[in-house]
Amino acid sequence: MDFQLSEDQRDLRSGVREFCEGRFDRERMRALVDTAPVPGMVDRALWRELAETGFFSLRIAEEAGGVGLGVAEAVLVYEEAGRALLPGPLVATHLAASLPGRLGEEAAAGDVVVGLIDGESWPLLVEHLDALDCLLVLTDDGIRRVDPALVRGTSVAHPVDPFTPVTAVDELPVGEAVADARVVAEWRRVGAVLTAALQLGIAGRLTELATRYAKEREQFGRVIGGFQAVKHLCADMLVRTEIARAAVYAAAVTLDDPAVGDAEVAVLTAKVMGDDAATRNGKDATQVYGGMGFTWEVDVHLYVKRSWVHATQFGAAEENEAALAATL
Amino acid sequence: MDLRYTEAEEGFRAELRAWLDQAVPLLPPKPDRNDWPGRRAYDTAWQRLLFDAGYAGLHWSVEAGGKGATPTEHLIFLEETERAGAPYVGANFVGLLHAGPTIDAAGTDEQRRRYLPGILRGDDVWCQGFSEPGAGSDLASLRTRAVRDGDDYVVNGSKIWTSHAEVADYCEMLVRTDPDAPKHKGITWLIVPMDTPGITIRPLETVMGTSEFAEVFFDDVRVPVANRVGEENDGWRVTMVTLSFERGTAFVSEVVACQRLLHELAALAKKVTRRQETAWDDVALRRELGHLTAEFEALWALTKWNVSEAQRSGVPGVGGSVFKLRFSETKQKVYELAHRLLGRAALAVDDVAGLPGATLMDERLSSLSYTIAAGTSQIQRNIVGERILGLPKER
Ligand SMILES: Cc1cc2nc3c(=O)[nH]c(=O)nc-3n(C[C@H](O)[C@H](O)[C@H](O)COP(=O)(O)OP(=O)(O)OC[C@H]3O[C@@H](n4cnc5c(N)ncnc54)[C@H](O)[C@@H]3O)c2cc1C
Repeated sequence: MDFQLSEDQRDLRSGVREFCEGRFDRERMRALVDTAPVPGMVDRALWRELAETGFFSLRIAEEAGGVGLGVAEAVLVYEEAGRALLPGPLVATHLAASLPGRLGEEAAAGDVVVGLIDGESWPLLVEHLDALDCLLVLTDDGIRRVDPALVRGTSVAHPVDPFTPVTAVDELPVGEAVADARVVAEWRRVGAVLTAALQLGIAGRLTELATRYAKEREQFGRVIGGFQAVKHLCADMLVRTEIARAAVYAAAVTLDDPAVGDAEVAVLTAKVMGDDAATRNGKDATQVYGGMGFTWEVDVHLYVKRSWVHATQFGAAEENEAALAATL
Repeated sequence: MDLRYTEAEEGFRAELRAWLDQAVPLLPPKPDRNDWPGRRAYDTAWQRLLFDAGYAGLHWSVEAGGKGATPTEHLIFLEETERAGAPYVGANFVGLLHAGPTIDAAGTDEQRRRYLPGILRGDDVWCQGFSEPGAGSDLASLRTRAVRDGDDYVVNGSKIWTSHAEVADYCEMLVRTDPDAPKHKGITWLIVPMDTPGITIRPLETVMGTSEFAEVFFDDVRVPVANRVGEENDGWRVTMVTLSFERGTAFVSEVVACQRLLHELAALAKKVTRRQETAWDDVALRRELGHLTAEFEALWALTKWNVSEAQRSGVPGVGGSVFKLRFSETKQKVYELAHRLLGRAALAVDDVAGLPGATLMDERLSSLSYTIAAGTSQIQRNIVGERILGLPKER
């Protein structure tokens, strides 16, 4: 057993981090949210660049033109995406890339933006509808493909996350079947783990931001990080991040090699702990920033809002916790 | 990232399981909690069984008489012994997890020869005399004095919260040898035989009404200079070695035990009823059980992460504080839940109406100490904030 990153995995992580910092730095992130929105908040040029670095084709076999890696590597990439706050239906497009045929190829290449909704949940809200080339509807029986242009709904005026526009769906066309129930089960698991990885990235980034601020901001003639009440908030953020990391990585490794554990339990655990770390760290980071934390100018709220979005995707805490209890 | 065990590790596990299968059923019944001589005999007999089977001091170096097993093998050992319902280290805790590794790392050849075999065989029980009435979290402010007199140190002062003191043969003890030096600089680490004249032990009663720990008084106790581990006044450095061993793998078995307990609590929840409904019908309660399942599953993954890190670097990392903090607080939550499940049966530390209140309420009371012993949660948060995140120290 060697549950640590391999050399290649470390390189992958630092490569992706460098890429994100270079292509989607704070300036570009703030520009997207503050001044220059693109349709559906998905920047097509960036999307293609993401595809080139393997964001969507990572788990496609090399023979099929992919990178040929596993969920273990994918979580490292998606953790970085969470850290950088990359917007768009990353996980949905990544999952679609595994479909056979043209849609899969186009998704892998970053030529299409693919959305996904869970058809079993109500109310039905689609994210990034204006940017989508294709919408996939997941039900327990299979996956249907729907033309986004035919979706009847109302775009909501005030999405909680400014990067994630949302449409309330009144009517979904039936669409054509593209995968069966077996694929649904697989997507639900991989989707939950990748979303948990995004949450892990957010949790880690919030810990960094709060800790950095705590080392700079002075009150009562000292930096606030020297005050135990503040130090302990930061420490709890780190602990949450590290325990979520262990859970997310373990779930990824278990999906790659089901012999090492109970995949169902591992996946549910990853999502529960990822959601917990990101959302609670959001609250604590806001607290550490004080009044600044409540301003639009400081980025913390953007991470908070994204963590709330992810917390509703691929199973919310109440479902996942109840499902875990059922395994006892 | 690889969670598969190697063939060698699986082989080790299989052999261990086979041995546990025949050894555990032969154990005598567990002694009563207040029967200290009985508890000592039980724990040391288990250690002797391990020794005879070649499993003693698995994680110790071969030079120290151990097996030089990898951290992963040690993890497997702790996991399997817990699964098999074998006893935990108990009274052998300080010797096996603290004193032995410290003497191996910082002691002389003579000290290794003299003290290590007794710990491994289960002949000797050790206790830890670090805390004092005026020095708990601020351990380095300890005041028990040791003054050099020829080949001896003469020790005066008192220690407190000393677990197993009543039945211990030796004490790993911190004393002040230079009262004028800055507080971290004048401390020395000593091996003190507990039968030395001048030592008085006064058991303290715990919240459970038992005696887990004691106050220990030292009046002109003569300890040979040869019993010093490390240099005079260099005891703080030696102590840091000791504490890193404590936080390394001390809680592995307990994670496994908590996972089993959650299954038991789920079964209990299906049994207890309030107004026609079982506790299991309560969604909030079920969610909490589910959340705790996730917590321990994640803590188990974190254990493997930390063990793998130790295996690569050769030393237990600061990850131990992260683990200790979350584990102790989460384990308390499990017993809070157990308490709620017992309902009115929680009025007694006894089995009432077929509910396991004797164990659960005893553990509930005992769990109050998890966030205090081995460094309080507040101190662990300081460690995480200062040593991992680099935030400024207090004052
Ligand atoms: C069951 C049990 C077994 C033990 N066994 C042993 C043993 O075998 N040998 C041994 O040497 N010791 C042992 N201890 C002692 C244990 O290590 C101490 O109790 C512990 O370190 C806390 O010290 P204290 O009790 O003096 O509390 P104090 O240090 O007085 O702390 C009281 C409260 O103040 C808080 N506090 C103190 N300083 C700070 C600070 N800087 N910042 C924030 N909060 C602070 C603490 O968190 C705590 O809440 C044992 C304790 C228990 C409960």
